[in-house]
Amino acid sequence: MRIPPSYILKRLGFLVAVLFTAATINFLIPKLVPRDPVQEMINKKIASGGLTSEGAAEFRDSLRTLYGLDKPLWEQYLIYIWNTMRFDLGYSITNYPQKVSTIIGQTIFWTLGFVSTSTIFAFLIGTVVGALVGWSKTSKWLSWLMPPLAMFSAIPGFILALLLIYFLAFKAKLFPLRGGFNVTIDKSWTDPQFLLSVLHHAVLPGLSMLLVSLGGWALGMRSMMVTVEGQDYITFAEAKGLKGSRIFFRYALRNTLLPQVTSLAMQLGLIVSGATLVESIFSYPGIGNRLGGAISALDYPVIYGIVFFLVVGIAIATLVVDLIYPFLDPRISYSGG
Amino acid sequence: MQRGQGFKGFLNYIRRNPAFGGGLVLLLILLLFSTVAGFFVPKEGAYPLAVKSKQPPSEEFRFGTDSVGRDLLPTMIYGTRMTLSIGMIAGVIGLSVGTVLGFMTGYFGGLFDTIVKFLVDVLMTIPQFLLLVMIASSVPDPDKMTVWQMGLVLSIVAWVQPTRAIRAQVMSMRERAFVMMSKLSGMSGMEIIIKELMPNLMPYLAISLASAVNGGVLGSLGLQTLGIGNLREPSLGMTIYWLRYYNAFLQGYWWWIVEPVTVIAAIFIAFLLISIGLDEFANPRTRRTV
Amino acid sequence: MSEALLQVKNLKVYYHVEVGAVKAVDDVSFDLGFGVKMGLVGESGSGKSTMALALMRMIKPPGKIEGGQMVLDGMDLVKLSEEKMRQTRLRKLAMIPQGAMNALNPVMRIDKQLIDGMLDHGVFMSKEERKTRVNQLLEMVDLAPKVAKMYPHELSGGMQQRVTVAQSISMEPDVIIADEPTSALDVVIQRQVMDTINRLQEKLGLSIILIGHDMGLMAQTVGSLAVMYAGRMMEIGETRAMFRDPLHPYTQLLIESLPVLENKGVFSGIPGITPSLLNPPEGCVFHTRCPKAWDLCRDKIPAFSEVDPGRWVACHLHTA
Repeated sequence: MRIPPSYILKRLGFLVAVLFTAATINFLIPKLVPRDPVQEMINKKIASGGLTSEGAAEFRDSLRTLYGLDKPLWEQYLIYIWNTMRFDLGYSITNYPQKVSTIIGQTIFWTLGFVSTSTIFAFLIGTVVGALVGWSKTSKWLSWLMPPLAMFSAIPGFILALLLIYFLAFKAKLFPLRGGFNVTIDKSWTDPQFLLSVLHHAVLPGLSMLLVSLGGWALGMRSMMVTVEGQDYITFAEAKGLKGSRIFFRYALRNTLLPQVTSLAMQLGLIVSGATLVESIFSYPGIGNRLGGAISALDYPVIYGIVFFLVVGIAIATLVVDLIYPFLDPRISYSGG
Repeated sequence: MQRGQGFKGFLNYIRRNPAFGGGLVLLLILLLFSTVAGFFVPKEGAYPLAVKSKQPPSEEFRFGTDSVGRDLLPTMIYGTRMTLSIGMIAGVIGLSVGTVLGFMTGYFGGLFDTIVKFLVDVLMTIPQFLLLVMIASSVPDPDKMTVWQMGLVLSIVAWVQPTRAIRAQVMSMRERAFVMMSKLSGMSGMEIIIKELMPNLMPYLAISLASAVNGGVLGSLGLQTLGIGNLREPSLGMTIYWLRYYNAFLQGYWWWIVEPVTVIAAIFIAFLLISIGLDEFANPRTRRTV
Repeated sequence: MSEALLQVKNLKVYYHVEVGAVKAVDDVSFDLGFGVKMGLVGESGSGKSTMALALMRMIKPPGKIEGGQMVLDGMDLVKLSEEKMRQTRLRKLAMIPQGAMNALNPVMRIDKQLIDGMLDHGVFMSKEERKTRVNQLLEMVDLAPKVAKMYPHELSGGMQQRVTVAQSISMEPDVIIADEPTSALDVVIQRQVMDTINRLQEKLGLSIILIGHDMGLMAQTVGSLAVMYAGRMMEIGETRAMFRDPLHPYTQLLIESLPVLENKGVFSGIPGITPSLLNPPEGCVFHTRCPKAWDLCRDKIPAFSEVDPGRWVACHLHTA
């Protein structure tokens, strides 16, 4: 379980490369597009009656200077990289003068809340169900769970969200249709009523994410369990007269967990993408919803800022899991690689 | 690995594998619905202000109508057609590029392989959907995107998974005895790829195709739901966008919600069943039961 | 022989497949005395590995113990409940597996694997006692105490095999079934591991069934020998007697096929291939390859009978 420093460096290097690539793409795409976001914003404001076309040209120029758009490209790039490293992702066009980083800060908590909860539950429940179904000594009625779970996992989360809203919120009126909390209550984190409404509003979004990921974990765990059960060390454990529970937990499960955790790491990107759309459907005040709003409003700094932030977050999280892995599996050694 | 001879073998396989058969049937129904039904139902009804708005399903409007006066029957028909087309375009392009890259890098290796591998790793770390959001929202006039444009945008990430899968397969086959034999008998690299490797990898190519098309449909739905894409054309994703925009839930227009969701669910379930079936074909040792 | 520790009587183990029943073990009987080392030899497909699994009552579907008895210490193992059988394993009847590398749990340390069997059999030990016992077991198989904290993949093949040996003796069982314990090892290590097994057997006075196909190894190790072919028992007897005067033609051919130092370059085998266990030949199952077969052999299955004290054969040459 000794990780050679060379491996850490290699992974860190890869991470930096990914971040740089993402940042550069993030920078270049808007530049490649023959659109002038500043002009477009001004046009929109004129159209909606906020500005008159007089003085629009000067206004545009001053905004361009503010956004640094009048400097040569390479200079803009360097400024951009520098700012990004300081977490300054620019200003929102629509909500000027709000900074993109502020927007992210406000919303990320909501997203993390329901995504991490639903992912953890889905992982735990799905893994246990899958393990039990795959283990030959459990009764077979459990395997009837698999087809519906598989069906759920094929459908995208946000589609399932629509179904859930329709049946549970609209028809049965058990849960709210949208939002993160009840807007009629004062937003106070010490108020139990408010907290309750937060939980109440989090159920359907969480449930959408939970149901679609359950199937995946269960299926993966099941096939892994079947493979492990065929291994000689399970046979030998039985020959030693060990109790069934010990064989299941210490011999089988312990060996199947490792690949499961790897899948978790690899799925992080997909989970976050899915969450974005689910939030959008629920108008849940998370980062995904803001992204949706920014897209409609063509608020480019926000769009690129959020996307970039998510990319970075996931890349770092993946790296962390990568580094933890050898502690879980004593066989892994990172010499060479 | 024995493959059944021709059509009869194919039917036999379906009989042993009801899931696969079910998936094919479902897909066939969807295809028929989106193409043949279109002969009887004109497309004009799928645009705003075509017919009376906000009508629940009735004799006149079998699928009901939406808030802006779209007849939902042609909307569903042409929407399915659009969504499936986008998926297929993305899938086919993605698979083609993926096949070429996968075989080239898997067999020849070298600097080319290192570059491609790096790109693949980066693209697998970055959440692809978010990348698509960025790219798709940046094209000139995103609200006038054609089916082909959407498909092309999606193919930017659709090639990654096939490349990775095919490359891995080619690399493992490269060392096998029959490849060595071909090399010894003087076949060139390209010849070996086309004559020896590709026929053996047909099942994997089929699986990659199914999965790429699935991914294309998923990606297009995601983008359109967020409002990125052609706002006027009646694609399934756009239908969802509009039904949210016009608060179909609050208004109680259940038909507007249930119909696209059902069709979309059907598409994905069909792909799920088909991929289960294909999986069994490629790995006869895996169990059949879900 | 009522003093036998283990008595197997007319054991049948069949595997039920779509096209019929594979008779992996067909009407096999033998006795194992106290403190006896018995070898069980046969080609691949003779049924010896199935025998090992059957003795441990670990035959899994589609296999099934169709009939017969296995009496250990007055209990018929065939009829025991699953829970009682679990308690019998390791405590009275232990196994040394073939490929130790795959038989050890890769994510568990050696010390935990050595004693978890004891723990599950109701032995209460404090932390100190566990440590002592682990060290004791390691010492008995000539392994250093530091092995306790290691993982299986950190050990060599021979060391891994010794760990499995240590596991098998941890509760001082009456019988140890060693299923080709050294087949996966090179000759030098083979020697060391066999020495360890022999030494322990003498010290603890337990009985061993050594399963294998290496006649040379058998000659050096076991006191009595049982020869199986195509799921049936052909001959049983004291080792030296068997080698000196093999009664069954199959035994004779097996011994003849052993390379002899003087006759360099002359190898003999046994012509033909092992028969299908799905549709075994009529009559004596060996008659298709037997150089001494005649009509009776094709028509009638020879009875497995004691032709001399301690010597059993199933061959018409000796029992007609």
